[in-house]
Amino acid sequence: MTGAEVKQNIESKWSGKISEIGLKSEKRLFVTISPESLPEVAQYLFDDLKCRFITASALQSKRGFEIYYHFSVDVIGLIINVHVVLPESKPEVESLANISVATNWIEREMHELFGIIFLNHPNMEKLISEGNWEEGEYPLRKN
Amino acid sequence: MKKETQKTINTIIPIGPYHPLQEEPELFKLYCDGESVKDVEWITGYNHRGIEKLSESKTFDQVFFLVERVCGICSTSHPFAFANCMEEIAGVEIPDRAKYIRSIIGELERIHSHLLWVGLAGHFLGYNTVFMWAWKYREPVLDLFEMISGNRNSYAMFKIGGVRRDIENDKIPRMREVLDTVKSKTNMLIGAVLDDPVIHARTKGVGVLTKEDIIKYGALGPAARASGVPIDVRRDDPYAAYPLVDWKVITAEEGDVFSKAKVRLLELLESISIIEQCFEGLKKEPEGAIETIVKEIPAGIGTGRAEAPRGEVFHFVETDGSNYPKRHKIRAPSYMNIPTFKKSCVGQSISDATIALAAVDPCYCCTERMGFAYDYETKEKILNGKDLLKLGQVKTKAIRAKMEQEP
Repeated sequence: MTGAEVKQNIESKWSGKISEIGLKSEKRLFVTISPESLPEVAQYLFDDLKCRFITASALQSKRGFEIYYHFSVDVIGLIINVHVVLPESKPEVESLANISVATNWIEREMHELFGIIFLNHPNMEKLISEGNWEEGEYPLRKN
Repeated sequence: MKKETQKTINTIIPIGPYHPLQEEPELFKLYCDGESVKDVEWITGYNHRGIEKLSESKTFDQVFFLVERVCGICSTSHPFAFANCMEEIAGVEIPDRAKYIRSIIGELERIHSHLLWVGLAGHFLGYNTVFMWAWKYREPVLDLFEMISGNRNSYAMFKIGGVRRDIENDKIPRMREVLDTVKSKTNMLIGAVLDDPVIHARTKGVGVLTKEDIIKYGALGPAARASGVPIDVRRDDPYAAYPLVDWKVITAEEGDVFSKAKVRLLELLESISIIEQCFEGLKKEPEGAIETIVKEIPAGIGTGRAEAPRGEVFHFVETDGSNYPKRHKIRAPSYMNIPTFKKSCVGQSISDATIALAAVDPCYCCTERMGFAYDYETKEKILNGKDLLKLGQVKTKAIRAKMEQEP
């Protein structure tokens, strides 16, 4: 298996959901998908491609809130960056914590830092800011 | 789930926020039924340092010094991953001499971190001789750091495009001498720890994580390799001088505390071998060729990773063409390893819980990149750190006494 083959597999399976896909190098793949298709794409990455979840990085831009979910295919050293864009007025996306416990903490962290809402998360308690920060204050939001 | 457990248990034992097991403030609540641990709850956030936010106000050169301070023990892993990330964005290839120097620093760090863990693990089990030995033989490693970088910790060696200081070839023989001392003492320590029947009795079958657990939690580093998941960024996504030297990924199958100790101890020898080969590699490269000049960083996004002593360190950076990161995300290995406590501690006795917790070499400053607070209002019954440590040590003593009595 190579990065190009993984790209082809993802492209043919999720053609309708992908708005952008490209290999930045042999070991770095970037895929932008619609937020609604995130759970099924993630399920496919975990089950079929045997990916390991590295972490997710949220950021705020002109387009709204963006999340890069980083997955690793360790046998070929490939990082798959699954990118979703959420509108600033409604930053909501389905939680992946019910698919993989590895995503549990980072979703809680992104919620605390950016105020992104992860629907159906099993335990949305505060992870890093208990008792320290004001309610409704999201320190990494650009206001 | 939590409420259900609380009904059936009688005692809550808090470990932390301050506890000799932990280098930093963190609170574990062990829900116990008699001697047996039924559930674990983990509370953090005592001191958020906000390094990711701080990074946005630093120039790329300054960020190296900032991320070096994410963790005191594996202080070079973060600059390593950050450098890999920035070089990916800039599309820069660094000279071989810089690659060798980077790998030497990375492996020396692995040696001192693993020795530190072996010492602490020995202490938790009541083996203070192991503690004294491991920390004594860690000293020459720190001396090597001082010879190379001028610092025993936080080496300030990395920059985009290469390293800040060269290792002059005429210094290599003296460094080899120190490394030989470390090697012979490490061999002695490995024999002493892996052949000790009491350590076997105390650590085998304790805190087991299966292959499925590792994959489920996304655990990393020696914790994963000890359960038969052979992941290692140095091999899987090669960087620095690792593709230029011969070495192998150490794995074990059992997933218990003993396997984790075995993996770490045998990795010491691999690291020493890598450093020796890098020293040989340095001799072939022209002195002084330690960096590629990088004039500007284009707008873009990049991901960089490096294998720290505890597992993969991951950095994500978004740049906008200026001299500052627009967004910088850091993920340290303990962030993925600590949730495995839910699996490794449950079902253990309280006296085994400390070593099961310590087995993944948890590093909290990595996890929350954060300081401290103390809850004066807590009225829960506290079995304090000393008591817990004593429990662990008393159990070893009892096993030892029993073994001595048997013919």
